[in-house]
Amino acid sequence: MTTPSAEGARPADAGRASSPHPLVTGATDGKDAMDTPDHTQDPAPQGGTDPQASTEPPASDGAQPLLRLVDVGKSFGPVRVLNHITLDIPPGLVTAVVGDNGAGKSTLIKTISGIYTQDEGQILWQGRQVHLHTPKDATDLGIATVYQDLALCDNLDIVANMFLGREEVKHFQLDEIGMEKAARKTLADLSVVTVRSVRQPVGSLSGGQRQAVAVARAVMREAKLVILDEPTAALGVTQTRVVLDLIKRLKSQNIAVIVISHNLNDVQSVADRIAVLRLGRLVAVGSASQYDAESIVDLMTTGTSKRLAAAPAEPSAGSSREH
Amino acid sequence: MSTDVQGPPPEATEPEEETGSEVALAAPEVIANSLGEYARIWLSRIRNGDSGALPVIAGLIVIVIYFQVRSSLFLSAGNLVNLAGQAAWIAVLGMAEVFVLLLGEIDLSIGYTAPLGATFTCWLLLPPHPAPWPLAVLVGLAVPAIFSGLEGLIVTRLRLPSFVVTLAGQLLALGLLLEVMDSAAPSGGGTIRLYPGVLADLYSSSVSPVAGWIVMAAAVAGAGALFLVRDTRRRASNLTAPPLSVTVLKIAAMAVAGVVVVLVGNTNRGVGFTVVRGVPWVVLVVVVVVFAWSVLLGRTRFGRYVYAIGGNAEAARRAGISLTRIRVLAFTLCGLTAGIMGIIYTSYLGSVSTGVQGGQLVLLAVAAGVIGGTSLFGGRGKMVGAVLGGLIVAVIYNGLELLGLGAAPQYIWTAVVLLAAVTVDTLARRRSSTA
Repeated sequence: MTTPSAEGARPADAGRASSPHPLVTGATDGKDAMDTPDHTQDPAPQGGTDPQASTEPPASDGAQPLLRLVDVGKSFGPVRVLNHITLDIPPGLVTAVVGDNGAGKSTLIKTISGIYTQDEGQILWQGRQVHLHTPKDATDLGIATVYQDLALCDNLDIVANMFLGREEVKHFQLDEIGMEKAARKTLADLSVVTVRSVRQPVGSLSGGQRQAVAVARAVMREAKLVILDEPTAALGVTQTRVVLDLIKRLKSQNIAVIVISHNLNDVQSVADRIAVLRLGRLVAVGSASQYDAESIVDLMTTGTSKRLAAAPAEPSAGSSREH
Repeated sequence: MSTDVQGPPPEATEPEEETGSEVALAAPEVIANSLGEYARIWLSRIRNGDSGALPVIAGLIVIVIYFQVRSSLFLSAGNLVNLAGQAAWIAVLGMAEVFVLLLGEIDLSIGYTAPLGATFTCWLLLPPHPAPWPLAVLVGLAVPAIFSGLEGLIVTRLRLPSFVVTLAGQLLALGLLLEVMDSAAPSGGGTIRLYPGVLADLYSSSVSPVAGWIVMAAAVAGAGALFLVRDTRRRASNLTAPPLSVTVLKIAAMAVAGVVVVLVGNTNRGVGFTVVRGVPWVVLVVVVVVFAWSVLLGRTRFGRYVYAIGGNAEAARRAGISLTRIRVLAFTLCGLTAGIMGIIYTSYLGSVSTGVQGGQLVLLAVAAGVIGGTSLFGGRGKMVGAVLGGLIVAVIYNGLELLGLGAAPQYIWTAVVLLAAVTVDTLARRRSSTA
């Protein structure tokens, strides 16, 4: 469902747009954004000139996105780190957020996970507007973020790490048996079979296994959206494959995943959708199959890609209406 | 099993190597299927410095043999009971320090807050109108507990190094001790006597021989049953449990240790015609404290959080754990345990004096903790270790004294053992973090 404001916004911003692509707001529903490859994000509606933030109605049909960012902006002092980001995260799909250093990837996920609060714009969770002021607000909704440093206690075993902060207590004692069974089941569901015992300290695990434990912890808390920050950055080939398989398992459990990554090979092997950030602006978002590595690099570095120029430009509105 | 790979292997590691390092670091209880495998895994864990109590016990046995060879009096019943008495207060102060060492902090003040609390206890028990002893004990525990709790609050809230805060606390506690002693015993010359009663009996009186046997048998049977029930329940839930042979060996070792303690305690150690028999009460106090604190650290959320903060405070914070609350609580428990030591120590000496060597006491306590396997970097260690470490320190003191050697070698040898323990701790940490 494309909203009228999508077309309305376009001419107003066209003069300033650095992208030659059709301007499409994230106001389409999740299926649209993912199915129409030519959806490239409007990079620069300036604050105040754009009416869509206030007028845009959220999608009301069944296929609503799990998470919707509407015109989200964030500044640190004079530095504008996020600039009118409008992005849908559909349920059960892997969305890769790519961008060069300083593009605003980290700020974006920190905003979604409640560490920062956006200065402007709205965040909608399952169609409902939410205010994420603390990380707990986000985890309570079902948004779990696995940061690059994983936040694991090396001296504790896998079970203790997976239940850290929400241990089960029975007869005034930790319910070790119950927790161990639950931890084993979660790891088995994620096909994490390489760990020899869930009672070994996390410090003894390989990088991929540690990532798996961190993800399993997020899944066990009934996350609907798991955000992975550079999950493969420090890993070798074998370990990377472990993590990519893990992401596919998450998807198969109908958990939405946002992957922040520099590694375009990884992105292309797991992502259903790709969102490209450049200097705080969303310069492109669409189905992963639509982009090859060169076009992503072009978008990351210049904000445009000639290689995509051939993509059908006009039907953005039309194709949206098909749904 | 690889011998040189510990910790997280570097990227693109061969699977064989990963398995090797896992085996090397996982607790033998959870992955061994037989006694032989258990022993092999355990040996590889020793190289990682995370080996449990057995190396400490082995070291203790070596030192004991040395002193027994040098002086046949060392293993006499009288001396062993004497030794237990010395070890008791070092062990309890060591346990106090474990609470904060596990967080990666230190509390240097407890060497003086403990006698400060005990001074209040003695003051309340002064003859004309002695308060009931439980009340006196309560005050004696509360004073150091609150003192350390406040230090913990300052450390956490103002983010100051605990070393400096508690060093200031040490001076403050000494000042308060002098001040309070002035009021409590104006004409005592800086000393207040512990009047005879329940507290004085901790050392001077013993459990009757028969009761000693009963308590010991009950304790060993209870602990053994607990082990077996836990293993059975784990197996029933399809989880791995230690091999039965290992559990039986552990229970047997506990039984042997219990029998030896009671046998030694029940041997007549009187001089001349007086008959003195039975295990001193203070031994029972230490056993109760170590049991209670082990349960607290090993089986409750609080204990889990103490280890988590010591391992990775940031991870604990992100998991929603209140660092302030856990840290302040751990400092408070450190002070409380120091209060127990203060009363035991006072019972041992029969009085509290402003001349108490608090700085030295606290260093012995840290030594007991570290020798017993508690890491100075936080996150690793057990209460039982502090008791074993306290025993080692006490054996060195007692043995050298028995040999007629003065203070000089006592200090020197304690220093050597402490340095060795810290070196092992640091090397183990370095190996597991850089391998």
